[in-house]
Amino acid sequence: MKGNNVLIEGKNLTKVFGFGGNKTTAVDNVSFAFHEGEIISIVGESGSGKTTLAKLIMGLLKESAGTIEYMGKPRRLKRHSDRRKYWKHIQAIFQDPFSSFNQFYRVEKLLLDCIKLQGEKLTKEEQLRRMKEACSFVNLKYEELHNKYPFELSGGQMQRLMIARIFILHPKLLIADEPTSMVDACSRSTILDMLLKLREENNMTIIFITHDVGLAYYVSDTLYIMEQGKVVEKGPAEEVILNPKHPYTRQLISDVPKIHSEWDLA
Amino acid sequence: MNSSFRILIKSPKFMFGACTLLAMIGLVLIYPLFNRSDPLEMIALAYQPPDAKLLLGSDNFGRDLFLELIYGIRTSLQVGLIAGVFATAIGLVIGLTSGYIGGMIDNLLTAVTNIFIVIPSFVILILISVSIDSRSSFVTAVIIGVTSWPWTARAVRAQTSSLRNRDHVNIAKISGYSTPRIIVSEILPYIASYVVMAFVLQTASGILSEASISMLGLGPYNTISLGIIMNWALVFEAPVAGAWWAFIPAAISIAMITFSLYMMNTGMDEIFNPKIRS
Ligand SMILES: Nc1ncnc2c1ncn2[C@@H]1O[C@H](COP(=O)(O)OP(=O)(O)OP(=O)(O)O)[C@@H](O)[C@H]1O
Ligand SMILES: [Mg+2]
Repeated sequence: MKGNNVLIEGKNLTKVFGFGGNKTTAVDNVSFAFHEGEIISIVGESGSGKTTLAKLIMGLLKESAGTIEYMGKPRRLKRHSDRRKYWKHIQAIFQDPFSSFNQFYRVEKLLLDCIKLQGEKLTKEEQLRRMKEACSFVNLKYEELHNKYPFELSGGQMQRLMIARIFILHPKLLIADEPTSMVDACSRSTILDMLLKLREENNMTIIFITHDVGLAYYVSDTLYIMEQGKVVEKGPAEEVILNPKHPYTRQLISDVPKIHSEWDLA
Repeated sequence: MNSSFRILIKSPKFMFGACTLLAMIGLVLIYPLFNRSDPLEMIALAYQPPDAKLLLGSDNFGRDLFLELIYGIRTSLQVGLIAGVFATAIGLVIGLTSGYIGGMIDNLLTAVTNIFIVIPSFVILILISVSIDSRSSFVTAVIIGVTSWPWTARAVRAQTSSLRNRDHVNIAKISGYSTPRIIVSEILPYIASYVVMAFVLQTASGILSEASISMLGLGPYNTISLGIIMNWALVFEAPVAGAWWAFIPAAISIAMITFSLYMMNTGMDEIFNPKIRS
Protein backbone atom coordinates (compact mmCIF):
# COMPACT_ATOMS: atom_id res chain seq x y z
CA MET A 1 0.00 0.00 0.00
CA LYS A 2 2.83 2.37 0.77
CA GLY A 3 3.44 4.63 -2.22
CA ASN A 4 6.60 6.42 -3.18
CA ASN A 5 5.22 9.93 -3.04
CA VAL A 6 6.16 11.82 0.05
CA LEU A 7 2.98 13.34 1.48
CA ILE A 8 4.36 15.31 4.35
CA GLU A 9 7.90 15.99 5.38
CA GLY A 10 9.30 17.60 8.49
CA LYS A 11 12.79 19.01 8.73
CA ASN A 12 14.55 19.63 12.03
CA LEU A 13 11.35 20.33 13.93
CA THR A 14 11.81 21.68 17.42
CA LYS A 15 9.21 22.80 19.93
CA VAL A 16 10.18 24.51 23.15
CA PHE A 17 7.56 25.29 25.81
CA GLY A 18 8.05 28.12 28.26
CA PHE A 19 11.21 30.12 28.70
CA GLY A 20 13.96 30.74 31.22
CA GLY A 21 14.15 28.31 34.12
CA ASN A 22 11.18 26.10 33.28
CA LYS A 23 11.98 25.54 29.62
CA THR A 24 10.94 22.15 28.19
CA THR A 25 12.10 20.98 24.80
CA ALA A 26 9.15 18.73 23.99
CA VAL A 27 10.23 18.00 20.41
CA ASP A 28 13.92 18.17 19.67
CA ASN A 29 15.24 18.40 16.11
CA VAL A 30 12.92 15.80 14.62
CA SER A 31 12.89 15.05 10.89
CA PHE A 32 10.50 12.71 9.12
CA ALA A 33 9.04 11.86 5.72
CA PHE A 34 5.64 10.16 5.54
CA HIS A 35 4.46 8.65 2.26
CA GLU A 36 1.03 8.29 0.73
CA GLY A 37 -0.74 5.23 2.08
CA GLU A 38 1.94 4.52 4.66
CA ILE A 39 1.14 3.51 8.20
CA ILE A 40 3.56 4.98 10.66
CA SER A 41 3.71 4.42 14.38
CA ILE A 42 5.32 6.86 16.72
CA VAL A 43 6.27 5.01 19.87
CA GLY A 44 7.60 6.41 23.10
CA GLU A 45 6.91 6.56 26.78
CA SER A 46 4.77 9.17 28.49
CA GLY A 47 6.16 12.67 28.11
CA SER A 48 8.41 11.83 25.16
CA GLY A 49 6.74 14.50 22.99
CA LYS A 50 4.45 12.39 20.78
CA THR A 51 1.35 14.51 21.22
CA THR A 52 3.36 17.67 20.77
CA LEU A 53 4.78 16.34 17.50
CA ALA A 54 1.25 15.45 16.37
CA LYS A 55 0.02 18.95 17.14
CA LEU A 56 2.93 20.44 15.20
CA ILE A 57 1.98 18.33 12.19
CA MET A 58 -1.66 19.36 12.61
CA GLY A 59 -0.65 23.00 12.66
CA LEU A 60 -2.24 23.42 16.10
CA LEU A 61 1.07 24.44 17.64
CA LYS A 62 3.64 26.73 16.10
CA GLU A 63 7.07 25.13 15.69
CA SER A 64 9.96 26.88 17.47
CA ALA A 65 12.31 25.86 14.65
CA GLY A 66 12.27 23.74 11.51
CA THR A 67 9.85 23.45 8.59
CA ILE A 68 7.04 21.21 7.42
CA GLU A 69 6.42 20.59 3.71
CA TYR A 70 3.09 19.27 2.53
CA MET A 71 3.01 17.67 -0.94
CA GLY A 72 6.42 19.07 -1.77
CA LYS A 73 5.63 22.68 -0.86
CA PRO A 74 6.26 24.51 2.40
CA ARG A 75 2.85 24.60 4.03
CA ARG A 76 1.18 27.95 4.57
CA LEU A 77 -1.16 28.36 7.48
CA LYS A 78 -1.27 32.12 7.88
CA ARG A 79 -4.81 32.74 6.72
CA HIS A 80 -7.94 31.03 7.99
CA SER A 81 -8.82 29.83 4.50
CA ASP A 82 -5.35 28.22 4.16
CA ARG A 83 -5.85 26.36 7.42
CA ARG A 84 -9.33 25.23 6.42
CA LYS A 85 -7.91 23.80 3.21
CA TYR A 86 -5.09 22.07 5.10
CA TRP A 87 -7.52 20.50 7.59
CA LYS A 88 -9.67 19.14 4.79
CA HIS A 89 -6.65 16.92 4.06
CA ILE A 90 -5.19 16.38 7.49
CA GLN A 91 -7.26 15.25 10.42
CA ALA A 92 -6.74 13.85 13.86
CA ILE A 93 -8.23 11.77 16.63
CA PHE A 94 -7.05 13.13 19.95
CA GLN A 95 -5.79 11.25 22.93
CA ASP A 96 -8.63 11.95 25.35
CA PRO A 97 -12.10 11.29 23.91
CA PHE A 98 -13.79 12.84 26.96
CA SER A 99 -12.28 16.26 26.37
CA SER A 100 -12.71 15.99 22.59
CA PHE A 101 -16.43 16.64 22.92
CA ASN A 102 -18.05 19.95 23.69
CA GLN A 103 -20.44 18.91 26.44
CA PHE A 104 -22.98 21.58 25.49
CA TYR A 105 -23.80 20.19 22.06
CA ARG A 106 -25.50 17.05 20.85
CA VAL A 107 -23.61 14.34 18.99
CA GLU A 108 -25.41 15.28 15.78
CA LYS A 109 -23.67 18.66 15.60
CA LEU A 110 -20.19 17.09 15.58
CA LEU A 111 -21.05 15.05 12.51
CA LEU A 112 -22.90 17.88 10.78
CA ASP A 113 -19.85 20.14 11.18
CA CYS A 114 -17.74 17.59 9.30
CA ILE A 115 -20.21 17.51 6.46
CA LYS A 116 -20.11 21.30 6.35
CA LEU A 117 -16.30 21.33 6.28
CA GLN A 118 -16.51 19.26 3.10
CA GLY A 119 -18.10 22.33 1.51
CA GLU A 120 -20.54 20.39 -0.66
CA LYS A 121 -24.12 21.57 -0.99
CA LEU A 122 -26.25 18.70 0.27
CA THR A 123 -29.94 18.25 0.93
CA LYS A 124 -31.13 17.41 4.44
CA GLU A 125 -31.83 13.82 3.41
CA GLU A 126 -28.37 13.43 1.90
CA GLN A 127 -26.75 14.82 5.07
CA LEU A 128 -28.76 12.41 7.18
CA ARG A 129 -27.83 9.51 4.95
CA ARG A 130 -24.12 10.32 5.30
CA MET A 131 -24.33 10.59 9.06
CA LYS A 132 -26.17 7.29 9.29
CA GLU A 133 -23.61 5.64 7.03
CA ALA A 134 -20.75 6.96 9.16
CA CYS A 135 -22.37 5.70 12.36
CA SER A 136 -23.04 2.25 10.98
CA PHE A 137 -19.43 2.09 9.79
CA VAL A 138 -18.33 2.28 13.43
CA ASN A 139 -21.14 -0.01 14.65
CA LEU A 140 -23.21 2.73 16.23
CA LYS A 141 -26.87 3.45 15.71
CA TYR A 142 -27.46 7.01 14.54
CA GLU A 143 -31.09 6.87 15.68
CA GLU A 144 -30.05 6.10 19.26
CA LEU A 145 -27.21 8.58 19.48
CA HIS A 146 -27.89 11.74 17.53
CA ASN A 147 -29.95 13.35 20.26
CA LYS A 148 -27.56 12.54 23.08
CA TYR A 149 -25.15 14.78 24.87
CA PRO A 150 -21.53 13.63 25.23
CA PHE A 151 -21.84 12.92 28.97
CA GLU A 152 -24.43 10.29 28.10
CA LEU A 153 -21.87 8.31 26.05
CA SER A 154 -19.28 5.76 27.07
CA GLY A 155 -15.58 6.30 26.36
CA GLY A 156 -15.65 3.69 23.62
CA GLN A 157 -18.67 5.24 21.94
CA MET A 158 -16.91 8.60 22.01
CA GLN A 159 -13.85 7.12 20.39
CA ARG A 160 -15.92 5.44 17.72
CA LEU A 161 -17.74 8.70 17.00
CA MET A 162 -14.36 10.30 16.47
CA ILE A 163 -13.66 7.63 13.88
CA ALA A 164 -17.07 8.24 12.29
CA ARG A 165 -15.98 11.84 11.96
CA ILE A 166 -12.91 10.72 10.02
CA PHE A 167 -15.10 8.47 7.88
CA ILE A 168 -17.11 11.50 6.77
CA LEU A 169 -14.05 13.65 6.20
CA HIS A 170 -11.90 11.00 4.46
CA PRO A 171 -8.65 13.00 4.86
CA LYS A 172 -5.38 12.17 3.15
CA LEU A 173 -3.56 11.98 6.46
CA LEU A 174 -4.90 10.85 9.80
CA ILE A 175 -3.08 11.28 13.06
CA ALA A 176 -4.52 8.96 15.70
CA ASP A 177 -3.19 9.81 19.14
CA GLU A 178 -3.62 6.66 21.25
CA PRO A 179 -7.00 5.93 19.67
CA THR A 180 -7.44 2.83 21.79
CA SER A 181 -6.44 4.22 25.17
CA MET A 182 -9.96 4.12 26.62
CA VAL A 183 -11.19 0.73 25.55
CA ASP A 184 -10.69 -2.93 26.46
CA ALA A 185 -8.55 -5.29 24.41
CA CYS A 186 -11.50 -6.59 22.38
CA SER A 187 -12.82 -3.20 21.25
CA ARG A 188 -9.21 -2.20 20.69
CA SER A 189 -8.82 -4.59 17.79
CA THR A 190 -12.21 -3.53 16.38
CA ILE A 191 -11.12 0.08 16.45
CA LEU A 192 -7.83 -0.76 14.80
CA ASP A 193 -9.66 -2.76 12.16
CA MET A 194 -11.95 0.20 11.48
CA LEU A 195 -9.01 2.50 10.99
CA LEU A 196 -7.26 0.00 8.73
CA LYS A 197 -10.46 -0.45 6.71
CA LEU A 198 -10.68 3.32 6.33
CA ARG A 199 -7.22 3.39 4.91
CA GLU A 200 -8.02 0.67 2.41
CA GLU A 201 -10.90 2.73 1.09
CA ASN A 202 -8.99 5.87 0.19
CA ASN A 203 -5.30 5.09 0.58
CA MET A 204 -5.05 7.27 3.65
CA THR A 205 -1.77 7.81 5.42
CA ILE A 206 -2.13 6.98 9.11
CA ILE A 207 0.13 8.05 11.94
CA PHE A 208 -0.50 5.98 15.05
CA ILE A 209 0.74 7.37 18.29
CA THR A 210 1.14 4.81 21.00
CA HIS A 211 3.37 3.60 23.79
CA ASP A 212 2.63 0.00 22.91
CA VAL A 213 5.39 -1.45 20.71
CA GLY A 214 3.47 -4.67 20.15
CA LEU A 215 0.53 -2.81 18.68
CA ALA A 216 2.80 -0.63 16.61
CA TYR A 217 4.54 -3.67 15.16
CA TYR A 218 1.19 -5.29 14.39
CA VAL A 219 -0.24 -2.40 12.37
CA SER A 220 2.51 -0.33 10.88
CA ASP A 221 4.92 -0.17 7.97
CA THR A 222 7.31 2.24 9.62
CA LEU A 223 8.28 2.89 13.21
CA TYR A 224 9.59 6.07 14.80
CA ILE A 225 10.88 5.62 18.33
CA MET A 226 10.88 8.77 20.44
CA GLU A 227 12.74 9.41 23.66
CA GLN A 228 12.69 12.76 25.43
CA GLY A 229 11.71 14.70 22.33
CA LYS A 230 14.24 13.05 20.02
CA VAL A 231 13.63 10.40 17.39
CA VAL A 232 16.24 7.85 18.44
CA GLU A 233 15.46 5.22 15.83
CA LYS A 234 13.34 4.97 12.71
CA GLY A 235 12.86 2.47 9.92
CA PRO A 236 10.66 -0.33 8.60
CA ALA A 237 8.75 -1.98 11.44
CA GLU A 238 10.32 -5.45 10.97
CA GLU A 239 13.82 -4.09 10.96
CA VAL A 240 13.38 -1.93 14.05
CA ILE A 241 11.74 -4.68 16.05
CA LEU A 242 13.90 -7.61 14.98
CA ASN A 243 17.11 -5.70 14.88
CA PRO A 244 16.95 -2.76 17.27
CA LYS A 245 20.04 -0.57 17.30
CA HIS A 246 19.34 1.94 20.02
CA PRO A 247 19.38 0.76 23.65
CA TYR A 248 16.10 2.61 24.35
CA THR A 249 14.36 0.64 21.58
CA ARG A 250 15.76 -2.59 23.02
CA GLN A 251 14.42 -1.69 26.40
CA LEU A 252 10.96 -0.87 25.00
CA ILE A 253 10.88 -4.23 23.21
CA SER A 254 12.05 -6.20 26.22
CA ASP A 255 9.15 -4.68 28.16
CA VAL A 256 6.78 -6.56 25.84
CA PRO A 257 7.36 -10.25 26.54
CA LYS A 258 4.77 -11.38 23.99
CA ILE A 259 6.76 -10.27 20.97
CA HIS A 260 9.85 -12.17 22.14
CA SER A 261 8.03 -15.42 22.54
CA GLU A 262 6.55 -14.96 19.07
CA TRP A 263 9.85 -15.00 17.30
CA ASP A 264 11.39 -17.51 19.64
CA LEU A 265 8.88 -19.90 18.11
CA ALA A 266 9.54 -18.77 14.57
CA MET B 1 -28.72 25.69 30.12
CA ASN B 2 -32.35 24.93 30.76
CA SER B 3 -31.44 22.23 33.23
CA SER B 4 -29.08 24.59 35.10
CA PHE B 5 -32.03 26.92 35.56
CA ARG B 6 -34.17 24.13 36.91
CA ILE B 7 -31.49 23.14 39.43
CA LEU B 8 -31.13 26.78 40.51
CA ILE B 9 -34.80 26.98 41.42
CA LYS B 10 -34.23 24.17 43.89
CA SER B 11 -31.42 26.01 45.68
CA PRO B 12 -32.87 27.66 48.81
CA LYS B 13 -30.12 30.28 48.97
CA PHE B 14 -30.56 31.34 45.38
CA MET B 15 -34.34 31.42 45.68
CA PHE B 16 -34.19 33.42 48.92
CA GLY B 17 -31.94 36.03 47.29
CA ALA B 18 -33.91 36.12 44.07
CA CYS B 19 -37.28 36.45 45.82
CA THR B 20 -36.09 39.25 48.11
CA LEU B 21 -34.65 41.10 45.16
CA LEU B 22 -37.75 40.60 43.00
CA ALA B 23 -39.99 41.78 45.83
CA MET B 24 -37.95 44.97 46.14
CA ILE B 25 -37.95 45.54 42.39
CA GLY B 26 -41.71 44.94 42.34
CA LEU B 27 -42.23 47.46 45.14
CA VAL B 28 -40.17 50.22 43.51
CA LEU B 29 -41.86 49.69 40.15
CA ILE B 30 -45.42 49.52 41.43
CA TYR B 31 -45.55 51.99 44.34
CA PRO B 32 -44.93 55.12 42.19
CA LEU B 33 -47.94 54.11 40.08
CA PHE B 34 -50.22 54.58 43.09
CA ASN B 35 -48.46 57.49 44.76
CA ARG B 36 -47.75 59.91 41.95
CA SER B 37 -46.35 62.70 44.10
CA ASP B 38 -42.91 64.17 43.45
CA PRO B 39 -40.44 62.72 45.96
CA LEU B 40 -38.71 66.11 46.15
CA GLU B 41 -41.87 67.97 47.15
CA MET B 42 -41.80 69.43 50.66
CA ILE B 43 -44.97 68.34 52.38
CA ALA B 44 -44.19 68.37 56.08
CA LEU B 45 -41.98 69.90 58.76
CA ALA B 46 -38.34 68.90 59.09
CA TYR B 47 -37.61 65.49 60.65
CA GLN B 48 -41.17 64.45 61.39
CA PRO B 49 -41.07 60.99 62.96
CA PRO B 50 -42.83 58.14 61.19
CA ASP B 51 -46.61 58.00 61.56
CA ALA B 52 -49.60 56.61 59.70
CA LYS B 53 -49.39 59.17 56.89
CA LEU B 54 -45.61 59.47 56.53
CA LEU B 55 -44.53 55.87 56.82
CA LEU B 56 -40.88 56.75 57.34
CA GLY B 57 -41.26 60.31 58.48
CA SER B 58 -39.77 63.32 56.73
CA ASP B 59 -36.25 64.54 56.10
CA ASN B 60 -34.72 67.92 56.89
CA PHE B 61 -36.57 69.54 53.97
CA GLY B 62 -39.84 68.00 55.07
CA ARG B 63 -39.99 65.53 52.18
CA ASP B 64 -41.67 62.10 52.37
CA LEU B 65 -38.80 59.73 53.14
CA PHE B 66 -40.67 56.58 52.17
CA LEU B 67 -41.23 57.97 48.69
CA GLU B 68 -37.60 59.10 48.53
CA LEU B 69 -36.52 55.64 49.60
CA ILE B 70 -38.54 54.01 46.81
CA TYR B 71 -36.92 56.26 44.20
CA GLY B 72 -33.54 55.82 45.87
CA ILE B 73 -33.72 52.04 45.64
CA ARG B 74 -34.72 52.36 42.01
CA THR B 75 -31.74 54.58 41.14
CA SER B 76 -29.32 52.45 43.15
CA LEU B 77 -30.48 49.28 41.42
CA GLN B 78 -30.15 50.95 38.04
CA VAL B 79 -26.67 52.22 38.83
CA GLY B 80 -25.66 48.77 40.11
CA LEU B 81 -26.98 46.98 37.04
CA ILE B 82 -25.39 49.39 34.57
CA ALA B 83 -22.09 49.26 36.45
CA GLY B 84 -22.39 45.44 36.51
CA VAL B 85 -23.03 45.29 32.76
CA PHE B 86 -20.06 47.54 31.98
CA ALA B 87 -17.67 45.81 34.36
CA THR B 88 -18.68 42.34 33.16
CA ALA B 89 -18.57 43.26 29.48
CA ILE B 90 -15.14 44.91 29.70
CA GLY B 91 -13.77 42.13 31.91
CA LEU B 92 -15.15 39.48 29.57
CA VAL B 93 -13.71 41.02 26.41
CA ILE B 94 -10.29 41.63 27.94
CA GLY B 95 -10.19 38.24 29.66
CA LEU B 96 -11.25 36.33 26.55
CA THR B 97 -8.82 38.18 24.29
CA SER B 98 -5.93 37.77 26.62
CA GLY B 99 -6.65 34.14 27.52
CA TYR B 100 -7.49 32.91 24.06
CA ILE B 101 -4.85 34.69 22.00
CA GLY B 102 -2.04 34.33 24.51
CA GLY B 103 1.54 35.38 23.80
CA MET B 104 2.50 39.04 23.75
CA ILE B 105 -1.08 40.33 23.79
CA ASP B 106 -1.74 38.24 26.87
CA ASN B 107 1.32 39.64 28.63
CA LEU B 108 0.31 43.17 27.76
CA LEU B 109 -3.33 42.82 28.84
CA THR B 110 -2.37 40.97 32.01
CA ALA B 111 0.01 43.79 32.88
CA VAL B 112 -2.73 46.37 32.32
CA THR B 113 -5.17 44.32 34.40
CA ASN B 114 -2.68 44.00 37.23
CA ILE B 115 -2.03 47.73 37.22
CA PHE B 116 -5.76 48.33 37.60
CA ILE B 117 -5.91 45.80 40.42
CA VAL B 118 -3.01 47.39 42.28
CA ILE B 119 -4.35 50.95 42.04
CA PRO B 120 -7.31 51.07 44.44
CA SER B 121 -10.29 51.52 42.14
CA PHE B 122 -12.04 53.67 44.73
CA VAL B 123 -9.33 56.29 44.38
CA ILE B 124 -9.77 56.36 40.61
CA LEU B 125 -13.50 56.52 41.13
CA ILE B 126 -13.17 59.60 43.36
CA LEU B 127 -10.68 61.29 41.03
CA ILE B 128 -12.86 60.79 37.96
CA SER B 129 -16.00 61.84 39.81
CA VAL B 130 -14.34 65.06 41.00
CA SER B 131 -13.11 65.91 37.53
CA ILE B 132 -16.45 65.44 35.76
CA ASP B 133 -18.84 68.35 36.25
CA SER B 134 -22.19 67.05 35.07
CA ARG B 135 -22.75 63.63 36.55
CA SER B 136 -25.98 61.87 35.80
CA SER B 137 -26.65 58.55 37.50
CA PHE B 138 -25.75 56.88 34.19
CA VAL B 139 -22.34 58.57 34.08
CA THR B 140 -21.68 57.55 37.70
CA ALA B 141 -22.67 53.97 36.84
CA VAL B 142 -20.33 53.90 33.85
CA ILE B 143 -17.46 55.29 35.91
CA ILE B 144 -18.03 52.58 38.52
CA GLY B 145 -18.19 49.92 35.81
CA VAL B 146 -15.04 51.13 34.10
CA THR B 147 -13.05 50.97 37.34
CA SER B 148 -14.19 47.55 38.55
CA TRP B 149 -13.62 45.13 35.64
CA PRO B 150 -10.11 43.82 36.51
CA TRP B 151 -11.18 40.91 38.76
CA THR B 152 -13.59 39.62 36.16
CA ALA B 153 -10.94 39.98 33.46
CA ARG B 154 -8.41 38.08 35.52
CA ALA B 155 -10.72 35.18 36.30
CA VAL B 156 -12.03 34.95 32.74
CA ARG B 157 -8.46 34.96 31.43
CA ALA B 158 -7.47 32.09 33.71
CA GLN B 159 -10.42 29.95 32.68
CA THR B 160 -10.10 30.77 28.99
CA SER B 161 -6.42 29.95 28.79
CA SER B 162 -7.00 26.52 30.31
CA LEU B 163 -10.02 25.84 28.07
CA ARG B 164 -8.08 26.91 24.99
CA ASN B 165 -5.83 23.83 25.20
CA ARG B 166 -8.67 21.35 25.51
CA ASP B 167 -9.22 18.92 22.70
CA HIS B 168 -12.75 20.00 21.83
CA VAL B 169 -11.28 23.39 20.95
CA ASN B 170 -8.72 21.63 18.76
CA ILE B 171 -11.49 19.59 17.15
CA ALA B 172 -13.40 22.81 16.46
CA LYS B 173 -10.28 24.31 14.90
CA ILE B 174 -9.65 21.37 12.62
CA SER B 175 -13.34 21.37 11.74
CA GLY B 176 -12.72 24.79 10.22
CA TYR B 177 -14.35 27.04 12.83
CA SER B 178 -13.30 30.69 12.80
CA THR B 179 -11.84 32.16 15.98
CA PRO B 180 -14.94 34.20 16.93
CA ARG B 181 -17.07 31.11 16.44
CA ILE B 182 -14.76 29.02 18.64
CA ILE B 183 -14.97 31.62 21.38
CA VAL B 184 -18.75 31.72 21.19
CA SER B 185 -19.42 28.00 20.96
CA GLU B 186 -16.44 26.34 22.66
CA ILE B 187 -15.36 28.81 25.35
CA LEU B 188 -18.35 30.94 26.36
CA PRO B 189 -20.73 28.10 27.31
CA TYR B 190 -18.11 26.76 29.74
CA ILE B 191 -17.62 30.10 31.48
CA ALA B 192 -21.21 31.37 31.18
CA SER B 193 -22.27 30.41 34.69
CA TYR B 194 -19.14 32.02 36.08
CA VAL B 195 -19.81 35.21 34.14
CA VAL B 196 -23.37 35.39 35.45
CA MET B 197 -22.04 34.99 38.98
CA ALA B 198 -19.45 37.70 38.41
CA PHE B 199 -22.18 39.96 37.05
CA VAL B 200 -24.24 39.50 40.20
CA LEU B 201 -21.26 40.37 42.40
CA GLN B 202 -20.32 43.36 40.27
CA THR B 203 -23.88 44.64 40.56
CA ALA B 204 -23.76 44.33 44.34
CA SER B 205 -20.42 46.08 44.57
CA GLY B 206 -21.63 48.71 42.11
CA ILE B 207 -24.47 49.56 44.49
CA LEU B 208 -22.03 49.78 47.39
CA SER B 209 -19.62 51.95 45.41
CA GLU B 210 -22.42 54.33 44.42
CA ALA B 211 -23.51 54.59 48.05
CA SER B 212 -19.92 55.28 49.13
CA ILE B 213 -19.17 58.04 46.64
CA SER B 214 -22.60 59.56 47.17
CA MET B 215 -21.93 59.63 50.90
CA LEU B 216 -18.85 61.68 50.05
CA GLY B 217 -21.04 64.04 48.07
CA LEU B 218 -19.57 62.91 44.74
CA GLY B 219 -22.61 61.02 43.52
CA PRO B 220 -24.95 61.82 40.66
CA TYR B 221 -26.85 65.12 40.48
CA ASN B 222 -30.56 65.69 40.08
CA THR B 223 -31.62 62.31 41.35
CA ILE B 224 -32.21 60.39 44.55
CA SER B 225 -30.17 57.33 45.39
CA LEU B 226 -29.73 55.44 48.63
CA GLY B 227 -26.26 56.95 49.01
CA ILE B 228 -27.62 60.44 48.41
CA ILE B 229 -30.32 60.00 51.08
CA MET B 230 -27.59 59.02 53.53
CA ASN B 231 -25.46 61.96 52.41
CA TRP B 232 -28.34 64.39 53.10
CA ALA B 233 -28.91 62.82 56.50
CA LEU B 234 -25.22 63.23 57.29
CA VAL B 235 -24.89 66.80 55.99
CA PHE B 236 -28.03 67.99 57.77
CA GLU B 237 -27.07 66.24 60.98
CA ALA B 238 -29.93 63.80 61.24
CA PRO B 239 -28.01 61.61 63.75
CA VAL B 240 -27.56 64.63 66.03
CA ALA B 241 -31.26 65.41 65.73
CA GLY B 242 -32.01 61.80 66.64
CA ALA B 243 -33.82 61.30 63.31
CA TRP B 244 -32.84 57.67 62.81
CA TRP B 245 -35.53 57.27 60.13
CA ALA B 246 -33.54 59.56 57.84
CA PHE B 247 -30.69 57.10 57.39
CA ILE B 248 -31.40 53.69 58.96
CA PRO B 249 -33.99 52.60 56.32
CA ALA B 250 -31.63 53.58 53.49
CA ALA B 251 -28.78 51.65 55.10
CA ILE B 252 -31.01 48.62 55.61
CA SER B 253 -32.14 48.80 51.98
CA ILE B 254 -28.53 48.77 50.77
CA ALA B 255 -27.79 45.86 53.05
CA MET B 256 -30.85 43.94 51.87
CA ILE B 257 -30.12 44.42 48.18
CA THR B 258 -26.47 43.47 48.42
CA PHE B 259 -27.25 40.60 50.78
CA SER B 260 -29.85 39.16 48.41
CA LEU B 261 -27.39 39.46 45.51
CA TYR B 262 -24.68 37.73 47.55
CA MET B 263 -27.12 34.97 48.44
CA MET B 264 -27.93 34.47 44.76
CA ASN B 265 -24.23 34.34 44.03
CA THR B 266 -23.52 31.79 46.77
CA GLY B 267 -26.43 29.66 45.62
CA MET B 268 -25.11 29.66 42.06
CA ASP B 269 -21.56 29.01 43.22
CA GLU B 270 -22.58 25.88 45.16
CA ILE B 271 -24.42 24.54 42.14
CA PHE B 272 -22.15 25.46 39.26
CA ASN B 273 -18.73 24.90 40.75
CA PRO B 274 -18.90 21.13 41.21
CA LYS B 275 -20.35 20.96 37.72
CA ILE B 276 -17.45 22.93 36.27
CA ARG B 277 -14.92 20.83 38.16
CA SER B 278 -16.38 17.49 37.07
N1 LIG C 1 1.22 23.25 26.47
C1 LIG C 1 2.34 22.85 27.09
N2 LIG C 1 3.04 23.72 27.86
C2 LIG C 1 4.16 23.34 28.47
N3 LIG C 1 4.71 22.12 28.40
C3 LIG C 1 4.06 21.20 27.66
C4 LIG C 1 2.84 21.51 26.97
N4 LIG C 1 2.42 20.40 26.31
C5 LIG C 1 3.33 19.44 26.59
N5 LIG C 1 4.32 19.91 27.39
C6 LIG C 1 5.49 19.15 27.87
O1 LIG C 1 6.10 18.57 26.75
C7 LIG C 1 6.53 17.25 27.04
C8 LIG C 1 5.95 16.29 26.02
O2 LIG C 1 4.56 16.22 26.17
P1 LIG C 1 3.63 15.36 25.21
O3 LIG C 1 2.22 15.63 25.60
O4 LIG C 1 4.00 15.63 23.81
O5 LIG C 1 4.02 13.87 25.61
P2 LIG C 1 3.41 12.49 25.09
O6 LIG C 1 4.54 11.75 24.48
O7 LIG C 1 2.21 12.73 24.26
O8 LIG C 1 3.00 11.79 26.44
P3 LIG C 1 1.75 10.82 26.74
O9 LIG C 1 2.10 9.46 26.27
O10 LIG C 1 1.64 10.86 28.23
O11 LIG C 1 0.57 11.41 26.06
C9 LIG C 1 6.09 16.96 28.46
O12 LIG C 1 7.22 17.11 29.29
C10 LIG C 1 5.07 18.00 28.76
O13 LIG C 1 5.13 18.37 30.11
MG1 LIG D 1 0.22 12.27 24.39
